[in-house]
Amino acid sequence: MTVTTTPQRDTLPARAPTAAAGQQRRRGRLKEALWGYAFIAPTGLGIAVFYLWPVLQTAYFSLTEWGAFGGHTWTGLDNYRRLSSDPEVGRALVNTLTYTGLGLLSIPLAIGFAVLLNRKGMRFVGFYRTLFFLPVVTMPVAIAMVWRWLYNGDYGLTNYLLSLIGIDGPNWVADPATALYALVVVGVWSSVGYNLIIFLAGLQAIPKEYYEAAAIDGAGPFRQFISVTLPLLSPTAFFVSVVSVIGSLQLFDLVYVMAGSGAGARANPAFPRLETVVQLFYDRAFVTNDRGYAAAIVMMLLLVIVVLTAVQFRFQKRWVHYA
Amino acid sequence: MSKRLGAVALATLLAVSACSGGGDGKAAATDPNAKVTLSYGVWDANQKPVMETLAGEFTKTHPNITVQVQLTPWADYWTKLKAAVTGGAAPDVFWMNGPNFQLYASNKVIAPMPGDADLSVYPKPLTDLYTFEGKPYGLPKDMDTVAVWYNKVLFDAKKLPYPKDDWTWADFTETAAKLSDPAKGVYGTAAQLGSFQEYQYDTIAQAGGYVISPDGKKSGYGDPKTIAGLKFWTDLIEQKSSPDLKTMTDTTPIQLFEAGKIAMYWGGSWNVSEFTANSYTKGKVDVAPLPRGEKQATVIHGVANVVSTKTAHPDQAWEFVRFLGSRQAAEILGQKGPIPAYDGTQTAWVKAHPELKLQTFLDSVSYAVPFPVSKNTAAWNEAELTYLTKAWTGEVPTDKAATELAQAMDAMLAKE
Repeated sequence: MTVTTTPQRDTLPARAPTAAAGQQRRRGRLKEALWGYAFIAPTGLGIAVFYLWPVLQTAYFSLTEWGAFGGHTWTGLDNYRRLSSDPEVGRALVNTLTYTGLGLLSIPLAIGFAVLLNRKGMRFVGFYRTLFFLPVVTMPVAIAMVWRWLYNGDYGLTNYLLSLIGIDGPNWVADPATALYALVVVGVWSSVGYNLIIFLAGLQAIPKEYYEAAAIDGAGPFRQFISVTLPLLSPTAFFVSVVSVIGSLQLFDLVYVMAGSGAGARANPAFPRLETVVQLFYDRAFVTNDRGYAAAIVMMLLLVIVVLTAVQFRFQKRWVHYA
Repeated sequence: MSKRLGAVALATLLAVSACSGGGDGKAAATDPNAKVTLSYGVWDANQKPVMETLAGEFTKTHPNITVQVQLTPWADYWTKLKAAVTGGAAPDVFWMNGPNFQLYASNKVIAPMPGDADLSVYPKPLTDLYTFEGKPYGLPKDMDTVAVWYNKVLFDAKKLPYPKDDWTWADFTETAAKLSDPAKGVYGTAAQLGSFQEYQYDTIAQAGGYVISPDGKKSGYGDPKTIAGLKFWTDLIEQKSSPDLKTMTDTTPIQLFEAGKIAMYWGGSWNVSEFTANSYTKGKVDVAPLPRGEKQATVIHGVANVVSTKTAHPDQAWEFVRFLGSRQAAEILGQKGPIPAYDGTQTAWVKAHPELKLQTFLDSVSYAVPFPVSKNTAAWNEAELTYLTKAWTGEVPTDKAATELAQAMDAMLAKE
């Protein structure tokens, strides 16, 4: 193969003394890159069609007003203006952020349980791990229905147990004072198992030599936990925190099932304390036929997620130690 | 670019719906002897077998037309139908209810009746419900009215006489107070918030108020009489003749009634199958008419069969709807389903449970009022809950909550 018959594909000047060899190498690299792209193309196509394109469409729809059966008119920034002055949006946002913040409690809990389950010589360890992981593989709606019963003010198990020690328990999910916290408990309970599995993997990746060295230096188990385990677990904790924040911000199913009853969630007196952004989006898009506005609501949520994730990445230098 | 595309799409949509609204162009092209399969969308699994029987009966007289019954459970019915309509895949014939009717009619999703139907055989409030801009859009299939289901055991325990047919609000309130025993968790009634058909809409009509003006432009919630209809319920909560809203959120009134904790439950004719099958209520309950306020009233509602404007077979579809609205179909329906809407075919339904005074539900048709609806009923239905919840908890006085609701609802109606 001669140089002259090969089309010049490079943008770089091919004047180097070893032009022919360099080009060969570059062509090899290009071929390799093409193969790489070919392999990720199916996934890339899927992401483009099922993620990117809908995001762009939603962004466009948020600038329009929709009929109930399609057909839309351009309204510019009207939906966003309405969004900024809608007290329900503010309320839903505050609820969602509160839920997200309190939901982070599952991280220290998961670390604690992971350390316990990682101890050498523990019996029935497989059984305990299964026990913690069980809520993760259970359908969220099923979880919500069981907890709804546990929280029932008159017939619930929680209040029955409280009554044994003489406490008259509230209507947990119908009382504005307790509803959000009752839901956080369920959220944390159902996410601990998932986080725990990730932390267990993180724990097992910590080389034993560190602990041996720490022991020789005279560090007790507590000191070892603080100085070895926690810093080396911080990359895992960072990952878990990013993922749980994004997950909590999109909370819907738990509220949809637990806040509602035969009459629907809006008849629940605690609904103003429970409504999340996605719940509001669902109502606007599929109940009141206000789809353009619903699109604006989720665009706002997207922005919140981007900002909170960016903030977490920005602050990771302060506390995340990569070994 | 995409803005222009959207405009083109919108224009096309309007053009298409305008054509099919007339219905003539397509009908002429259809060969009357061709084999045709119609799809028929319904939401009630209990009624699917009787709907299939009706479809079979129809094919007997129209051998060229077969009907496929498509069941979508209630929880997903409207979401799925909306998506199907938008995507051009709606069933040829489907069930319609009051709250959604005007939305579908005003968006030209369903076609008006060709104009040869005899509507006088159905209760007027029902045919009115399915009339939009002077044109009827479908034939009522069944109907339901509201009455008081009461627990005879709880009445006997307090040695109280069963409700009389001509009782009033005062009688009801007094009876409810006597039946209540909050310490034991037993209440005279349950002032439910959520299903307005059995509760608020009835008392609003009984008080002489209204939910929405006849032209659909104005909310009635600011009217003092409407507020009186709401206060009927909030007073019952305040007097502890009804559980509070928190309790009713945790355990729904129907669950409380079926646990013997509620003596008088305002329910519909559709509850018959539930209460005759439930192991607690079976044999313990009976029916009384709603008590009288300023006047006697009950809300009437019923499902109608309508035809999609996009159907490829409008003639056959209407033929099927006419059959579903016929006396023959109503008689089949009445034996196994809800109360048929066709006048004079309801006896089979009443006779199915001689132990209950089911005639009460039929007698109330004479003073029934239509279900309040507008073009986007769902939007203000949500507002009703949002605003009235505060009145139900006692956080805001009922008249204040209702006035605020009226303002919010008026703003929504102005946008329709």
